[in-house]
Amino acid sequence: MGVVAAQVPLGTALTGSAVTLAGLRIAFPAPRRREPPFTAVDGVDLEVATGEFVAIVGPTGCGKSTLLNAAAGLLVPSAGRVAIFGEPLAGLNRRAGYLFQADALLPWRTALDNVAVGLEVAGVPTGEARARARGWLDRVGLAAFLQRYPHMLSGGQRKRVGLAQVLIRDPEILLMDEPFGPLDALTRQFMGNLLLELWGAARKAVLFVTHDLEEAIALADRVVIMGAGPAARIIGEWRVELPRPRDIAEVRLEPDFHRLYRDIWSTLRDEVAKTYARGEGPL
Amino acid sequence: MTRPKLLALRVAVAVVLIAMWHVGSTVRIPAGVVSAKAVFPLDPFFFSTPLAVFERTWRDFASGVIWYHLGVTLLETVLAFVIGAVGGVLIGFWFARQHTVAAVFDPYVKAANALPRVVLAPIFALWLGLGIWSKVALGVTLVFFIVFFNVYQGVKEVSPTVLANARMLGMSERQLLRHVYWPSALTWVFSSLHTAVGFALVGAVVGEYLGSAAGLGYRIQQAEGVFDVAGVFSGMLVLAVFVILIDAGVSAIENRLLAWRPAAVAERP
Ligand SMILES: Nc1ncnc2c1ncn2[C@@H]1O[C@H](COP(=O)(O)OP(=O)(O)O)[C@@H](O)[C@H]1O
Ligand SMILES: [Mg+2]
Repeated sequence: MGVVAAQVPLGTALTGSAVTLAGLRIAFPAPRRREPPFTAVDGVDLEVATGEFVAIVGPTGCGKSTLLNAAAGLLVPSAGRVAIFGEPLAGLNRRAGYLFQADALLPWRTALDNVAVGLEVAGVPTGEARARARGWLDRVGLAAFLQRYPHMLSGGQRKRVGLAQVLIRDPEILLMDEPFGPLDALTRQFMGNLLLELWGAARKAVLFVTHDLEEAIALADRVVIMGAGPAARIIGEWRVELPRPRDIAEVRLEPDFHRLYRDIWSTLRDEVAKTYARGEGPL
Repeated sequence: MTRPKLLALRVAVAVVLIAMWHVGSTVRIPAGVVSAKAVFPLDPFFFSTPLAVFERTWRDFASGVIWYHLGVTLLETVLAFVIGAVGGVLIGFWFARQHTVAAVFDPYVKAANALPRVVLAPIFALWLGLGIWSKVALGVTLVFFIVFFNVYQGVKEVSPTVLANARMLGMSERQLLRHVYWPSALTWVFSSLHTAVGFALVGAVVGEYLGSAAGLGYRIQQAEGVFDVAGVFSGMLVLAVFVILIDAGVSAIENRLLAWRPAAVAERP
């Protein structure tokens, strides 16, 4: 494994933790009464240090979005605790920006006004908010689409507007839920590099959800793998010590990248096999 | 379809219908075909003739008597619409945000809405007299419920993701109301605006018809009282043109305010 990939023990405490999830369980009430509640995730311990980029990878439906919602304060955990910069989270997480998996732009606002809205509601004068929004749309490559309404944009363009909308508020923590999901391979690379560039400049704590292991390794400082639900857990964590600054496309060609990828995969396979053997598999 | 072509087709429909009416009410079927005497397919006593109706309408406008009645009906319609819409928006918002209030009043709202409004007209006349306000009240009871239900729906149906996003972007409850709930409700209100304006007019005209001294409904009722069929049809013609003009105005406002909607939704059939 060498210096590149070192498997870290679960729940390692890091100094200067931005997000702490400890012993987290989230259960949803069953649609019908009398049935037991559905436990989406259980016993999740996860820390994101300040300035750290953590990627969560897991099969669809395992509870990745659920974890982000808990970190955002949109979901109250059934058990365990959420702390933000060491303080227990009560209500919404005001220090985080959240890029949602589903379409979340305001459909009645143009791209420009969607990006500006976060500043406007914070009391920034409209003129200044718009000027800064223009700058951000320029950075995500949408300078020519300022006046488009969301329904006139492609899925990928909407995601980029969403990214600008979140980043313009300069949150200390960034929660991203499969942000590059609907993008084509080239735009994905463009967006990945853009994200790394922006992150490199301002070193926010990032919790990045994806189902793409390669993307996770290419972007993150640490990759966290979740098992299949229900009651999904974290089944492994790997530190990614590839040098930065990285280029998403080129980093994939490095031998260390491959070694780490294979390593994670083999553990993942074993873990899934074990889960099946215990009869707790997704079936 | 291009606009001129559409317009031409629309005009063609009117021309064909009027031509059939004209022929039916002026050309007799010869004796022995359907009955012993020669008869009109559309007896002018019951159907009048297009020429007589147009002539009557022309005379009413030329002499100027109709303007006063049009003005009264327009005033009643506008008042009924504004009062009903403002009330519907305010109470719709209130109900949508206060679950207890909505739950408590739900059966009463449904019952009130199910009430046929015609039975209310005499009561309003009793309470408010035979002037414009009894007609306005009737229109309000129609407009209010349409707008109310649509605002309620609009506020309830805001996408949870959009709402969560707005919250995460730092919006307070008041800002949510202004930047999320209101625009969402507005789409629903507009989708019902054509119906609401139509009902405001219905309220006014029915109220006038049932008892008043002015307005288009009053004119129609007067003409009916003396079997003046041309007068009745003339009144309906004026009413129809009036509705089309108001509706065009609503469409113009709608297109300006709802430019953000996908064309498939914004385009009305
Ligand atoms: N509001 C809800 N009510 C009930 N079950 C839910 C709800 N939201 C999510 N779930 C369930 O929780 C599990 C995790 O969902 P989610 O976090 O969205 O998965 P993903 O990892 O794909 O983001 C899924 O099995 C889903 O069906
Ligand atoms: Mg998800």
